[in-house]
Amino acid sequence: MEIAIFAIFALLALGSSLVVVMHRNPVYSTMSLVVTLFSVAVLFVILGSPFIGALQVLIYTGAILVLFLFVIMLLNVTKEENTASTQKGQLGVAVLGAVIFGGLVLALFWSSHVPLDQMAPLSEELVSMKGLARVLFTEYLLPFEIVGLLLLVAVIGATVAARRPVLPDATSGLMPSDLVRTSPEEEPLP
Amino acid sequence: MTPNLIATGINIAVMLGFMLTVVPVMVWVERRGSALIQDRPGPNRLGPFGLIQPLADALKFMFKEDVTPNAVDKPLYLLAPALAIMPAMLTISVIPFGPDFVLNGVAYPLMITSAPAGVLLFLALGSLGVYSLVLAGYASNNKFSLMGAIRASAQMISYELALTMAVLAVVIPVGSFHLGDIVEYQRAHVWTFIPQILGFGVFLIASFAETNRLPFDLPEAESELVAGFHTEYSAMRFASFFMGEYMSMTSLSALGVTLYFGGWSLPGVHLDGLLGAIVGLLVLVAKIGVCMAVFVWVRWSFPRFRYDQLMRLGWKVLMPIAIVNLIAVSAMTLAGWL
Repeated sequence: MEIAIFAIFALLALGSSLVVVMHRNPVYSTMSLVVTLFSVAVLFVILGSPFIGALQVLIYTGAILVLFLFVIMLLNVTKEENTASTQKGQLGVAVLGAVIFGGLVLALFWSSHVPLDQMAPLSEELVSMKGLARVLFTEYLLPFEIVGLLLLVAVIGATVAARRPVLPDATSGLMPSDLVRTSPEEEPLP
Repeated sequence: MTPNLIATGINIAVMLGFMLTVVPVMVWVERRGSALIQDRPGPNRLGPFGLIQPLADALKFMFKEDVTPNAVDKPLYLLAPALAIMPAMLTISVIPFGPDFVLNGVAYPLMITSAPAGVLLFLALGSLGVYSLVLAGYASNNKFSLMGAIRASAQMISYELALTMAVLAVVIPVGSFHLGDIVEYQRAHVWTFIPQILGFGVFLIASFAETNRLPFDLPEAESELVAGFHTEYSAMRFASFFMGEYMSMTSLSALGVTLYFGGWSLPGVHLDGLLGAIVGLLVLVAKIGVCMAVFVWVRWSFPRFRYDQLMRLGWKVLMPIAIVNLIAVSAMTLAGWL
């Protein structure tokens, strides 16, 4: 049963991620990415961590990919414009990238190879919400805080970048701050 | 057939039956309720109090011609109405509708998915609802639909944040994402809306925006966008957007009463077994019914927001309130007051 579910969703993840890179229409690519991330979330659930699976769906498919769609629609990229341009040497570079990635994966397996019967199963402590929180707020507290700071900087940067330049208006009695009206599209989104 | 499988089957049957009954009932409540508020009779010819009217409406939708315009993006156009119903149907699965049913010493939870991350699962699956609106708007190849889709995506993402933060504040004192635990906590203490009235306000407002109901139905906005994202849909496909709307109202109401109003429980009532299950289900349905009545009442009483007002309310009012509420609840939990 578990193997069957794993096989279905692993194949679905691989197939849909192929569609993401191959499809000409960016909207279809985005929707395939939704399927990919959803399948990976199911794999997380099979591995015993519904928490990470739910977070994956909540954050990636529920928010970030909607923003992707939002941007694609605002820019109105249609399939006629053909965003997937083929350039010279693209195939060679792609093969090279695949070889390097495959090599990395193999090296990883090689260096950390443990016989299958000596592997410990994923324990509840590793994947549960409590276990994750404990590790996150003790062992990895500093990286966690730094990531938080980084995100804060990104939010401030996005807000500054989205603001219209403030023009001092001498003729009217308005304060410059009155002239800055952010329209809805320019609101900082997560 | 293991007992567990049978129990899950019964749970699914109960919730599916409930979700499918809600739609025609809500059509009737909406039409008669709007008539009541606008001081006119409303549909009162078919059956007693016009109760057969939803059946006639459904038949009309089924037998109308299903027009698919030539210029639509066909796969996505056909996918969107199905996606409207799916998230609501999935999210109801984490809502408990009674105390654990004990048979031969084994406790069967009266919910379809007794997942430890139930609240997160609800939020995650519920967040997929925006895709039906966005895809419908995009695939229709109509500028009004596209406007509706763009509005929907921005609106639902904005309000989802406030909604999630309000929900997380409920989870903190309980210490569990399991909705059954949240109900048990409220049975042992008080209903959450008393200590967290601020968070409940945020949840209430955000849930109107999440379900695209007036005063936040900007993606439809028939006075400016014809019918918004579903302008190009007809017959049963059009109806499935309505079904999706009513179903997501129902599941969000179910989440709301479970988080803030004790779910299936009543203070002072402790029943077990079959009677407990039936009473629990009836209490939950009654509480959801009150929420749905509020949805209808608000819809026919308030004018629509302007789009920039909507975004401002979401980001500059609800978000700060939700954050303050989250911090306050965390502090109170740490101090041991909750």
